[in-house]
Formats: sequence, C-alpha cells, structure tokens
Amino acid sequence: MFDVEKIRLDFPILAKEIFGNPLVYLDNAATSQKPRQVIDALVDYYENFNANVHRGVHTLSMEATDKYEDAREKVSSFINSESSDSVIWTRNASESLNLVAYSWGENNINEGDEILLTPMEHHSNLVPWQELARRKNADIKFIPMLENGTLDMDRVDDLITEKTALVSAVHMSNALGTINPVRELGVKAHRMGAKILVDGAQSVPHMPTDVQELNCDFLVFSGHKMLGPTGIGALYVKKEILESMEPFLTGGEMVLEVSYEEASWADLPMKFEAGTPNIADSIGLGSAVDYLNVLGMENVREHEKDLTTYALNRFKNADLEGLDLFGPDDPNIRGGVFSFNTPDVHPHDLGTFLDRIGIAVRTGHHCAMPLVRSLGVAATARASFYLYNTKKEVDILVDGVTEALRYFRDGPN
Amino acid sequence: MYDLEDLYQEIVMDHNRRPRNFGELKEPTTTADGFNPLCGDQITLQLSLEDGVVVDVAFNGVGCAISKSSASMMTEELKGKTLEHAENLFEAFRKMITRTPGESYDSDLLGDLEILQGVSQYPARIKCATLAWHTLHSAIQDGNEVVSTE
Repeated sequence: MFDVEKIRLDFPILAKEIFGNPLVYLDNAATSQKPRQVIDALVDYYENFNANVHRGVHTLSMEATDKYEDAREKVSSFINSESSDSVIWTRNASESLNLVAYSWGENNINEGDEILLTPMEHHSNLVPWQELARRKNADIKFIPMLENGTLDMDRVDDLITEKTALVSAVHMSNALGTINPVRELGVKAHRMGAKILVDGAQSVPHMPTDVQELNCDFLVFSGHKMLGPTGIGALYVKKEILESMEPFLTGGEMVLEVSYEEASWADLPMKFEAGTPNIADSIGLGSAVDYLNVLGMENVREHEKDLTTYALNRFKNADLEGLDLFGPDDPNIRGGVFSFNTPDVHPHDLGTFLDRIGIAVRTGHHCAMPLVRSLGVAATARASFYLYNTKKEVDILVDGVTEALRYFRDGPN
Repeated sequence: MYDLEDLYQEIVMDHNRRPRNFGELKEPTTTADGFNPLCGDQITLQLSLEDGVVVDVAFNGVGCAISKSSASMMTEELKGKTLEHAENLFEAFRKMITRTPGESYDSDLLGDLEILQGVSQYPARIKCATLAWHTLHSAIQDGNEVVSTE
C-alpha cells in the first residue's frame, strides 16, 4: 500500500519550514530529497565499514568491498541488467554520457556519420555529441518536435539512415515531462545498424526501467535524483559493446598488470573505474534502490501519474489568465514535470514569491537552453514532483501561482 | 526575516509596469548588450553622449521585475550626468547590492537608487539588479561589447 503520509515521515527535510511555512519541495527534477534510510546507510558506512575497496586482505576492506559490490548488484537488478558487469559507476549522468562519447564515440563515430538527437535534450546529452561531431567531422540531426511537446515519430524513419551511428534520446524530458517512445526509437535504430542511448536521468527515478525490454545499448542515470546521494551515477552498456570499448580514465584500480612501459586492463566493470571509487555514495545509492523497491516502481509511477492528472486539471481550471503550460496533456506520456510561463510575471519573480510561501520551484532554462528558446521564452518556472508529494501540495502551488500573478498585477494589497 | 516588500517596493513595481526610457534612441553614440545566461535576461543599452555627458539614454530587452526596474531607474538617474559620475554610481550601486549585513554604502550619492538596497538580502537576485549597471560599465569602458553576468 502506497501511503504518502507515511512515506513523508521517512524524509527528515520535509519537516523543515521556509519563512514560517512548511516546505513544499517541487524541484525534484533538479535533485530529490533523501530518506532517513539512505542517510543512515552513509553514516553506517563511515562509522562501521570505512576502508578502501578491492585492495586489502584485512576484514574492513573486505566488508567495504562486499557492501560496495552489493550496491552495484542492487542497481543492476533495479534496471534488470543481464549482468552487474554492465553497470559502471560514474559521478552522474553527465559523466556517463562523456564516458560513452569518448570511449565508444572516439572509435565508432567517423567522418560523415550522423548522431540523431531530440530537441528536448538536457545540455548533458547535447554538448558531448557536439564536441564529438566537431572532432570527427560528423553531423548531428534532430527529430522534430510537435506543438504538444512530443516527438514527430512519423519523421523518424526518414531521419535514421545507414549514415546514422547513434540515436541518443531522453526518456523523460526534464523541461516538458514528455515520456519519449525510446523503445520504438531503438527498434528503428537497430534496423539501420545504429546504436541507441537512453538518457534515464528523469525516468529511472520515476518509473520501472528494464534495459532488456527497452533493448537499449546504453542507459545513463544519476543517483541523486532517485533518493540517493550526490556524486554517484551509473552507466549501463550492453556487455558485448562494453567489452569492445577502450578505458575512459586510466590509473589505479582499473589495471590488471603494470610495468614501467605499459599496462593491461582489469576485467569489467573495473576497467572503467580508475582510482578509489565513491564507495560511500555507491552504498547510499544501493540503499535508495532498496527503498524504491519496497515501495515498488509501478506504485511510484501510479502515484505520480495520479498527481500529474490532478495538477493538469488544477492548472486548466484555475484563474491563471494567460498561463502557458508546456508539454503533453496526456498523463500516460507525461511525468510529473510542469514548466510554465506567464506573460506578465517573470519566472524569477514568481520563483522568489513562491519561495516566500515555502514552495521550491526551479526557474530558468533547466539546462535545455535551445528547447526553452524554441518555446519562444527566455525562461520558465518549473514544478517537478516525486513520490512524497501530495495533492495538497499541488493545491498550494496552484494557489501560490494565482496569488503571485495578483501580487505583481495589483501590488501587495 | 525580510518581507517580500523589501524587495518589491511600490516604486520598483511601478518601474516594472511602466519602465522609463524603454525603447530605442534614434542616433545613439554608444550601444552595449548585457546578458544573464543563468536566467536568460537580456538588455540593450543605448547612450547618446556629448563631451562626456549622457544627453539621452534608452534600454530594451527582457527581464524580471528587478532587472527591468533597476535598468529603468538607472536611465532616469543618468540623464545629464558625466561618464565619470556614471562610473561612480556604478561602483556605489554595486557596493550597495553586494554588501554584507551591516556594511555601509554611499546613500547620498545613490539617492533614489537606494530603493533597491533590499536586493542585497536576496543573493539569487543580485545579478538581476546589477545587469543594467554592468552593461553601462562595459559601454563606458569598451563600447559596443556584449557583457555577461557569468
């Protein structure tokens, strides 16, 4: 049973007050809050198991190694990877993408090749490909987007050709909430011999993820958006592809044998993990996965779909003259992300106003500058939900926006 | 705790709703662009200078209430002033906005611009208030270059 009020008690920060008002945390697309269980796991590691991994014969080091590799197993199962050897620890989704762009991209993208993206990519799934294309004289193309913030799938068959080497697409847009049909994109990519990368930074935290069912070649995601600590993320790569890839970073931990002249590489996954890893935060992410598994990702998705349906209705029916809400209006293809704009009140003023009544929203371009510009605005305000948010908080948000519009139109009284 | 009204004073709201000197000059002698990549705010500042004196000034662009009203108040203040005085105002304004609690600033020199002093209590909004002034500073120093707050 998914009891949101009970869940909220696990998150110490949700008891915080901002300027005397209960915190209404709606900036989950930026980072999620952490349950007591994850915070305790970090403390437990540092108090009871802290040692370097894969090195010592001493008890502590072996215990730390067990916990660290156990966390990898948990994350691997969470995305239904065939093997935990396919799961590489990184700092975040951005590092995962850079790893793919450098390690796989350098050897597989050639002059004249095409990389196909969507117009709603986060900068992290755009800039590494721009840089790779520049180095290789390759081209970047974009799947057109329809008015409602979904991809024009009718155009995809024409855009994926024998020139296409990679299709890289965000599963859930951080700016629009759109859930893209990445499985279908993968089928089309594979048909033409291209690889498919799925940016799961916003989808893995919010809905069930099965890399075998998606049949994706690469999946990237971040720990801190799914109840885990900052500084830990993951990269999944299909094993046969990962085995063919050269290391990204070199040094300690990732080697098998080293002489003064040369070195050979360790087995997967350590071949891609140079240096002492982020042991504590990997374990913290493992604990976050445990927490999500107890709730059930199907239930998390259902709860957020319910909130999304409710919020779409509230936005539609509230007295919010001229408010533009971006993204699809079908909750089946939309996550709990609400980007909006009002002609008379700038997002920054709105953000400051909402902060004063305890509501945390993001304002700006959401690291998707080209997309926000294509909407014809300089910035938007964005409210993004997670498993601990409630319908009451949707009400507080919509009432707050209504009040802000009045405040900036008529003044304080 | 600070009130929202410290930031959004009635005069600020008025400049936001009816910005002064908003538009373009027919024959500007200096133009400079300012950009805040963090929030997308953008301003074009035009000056008409004669013998080192601002005879006319106008601004255009998009921005929040703070950046728009700050630009509007700045243009009102600049007319008829020397560039040297404008630079002194820039320094005094910047000092006022970025000051730590308890630190003093030149309120005599700033005059009406003091209305924006409340921004110093909102670190996330400092760049909104200073964008127009940085653009002015760049217009005086370099002329016709894009200035960024980052």
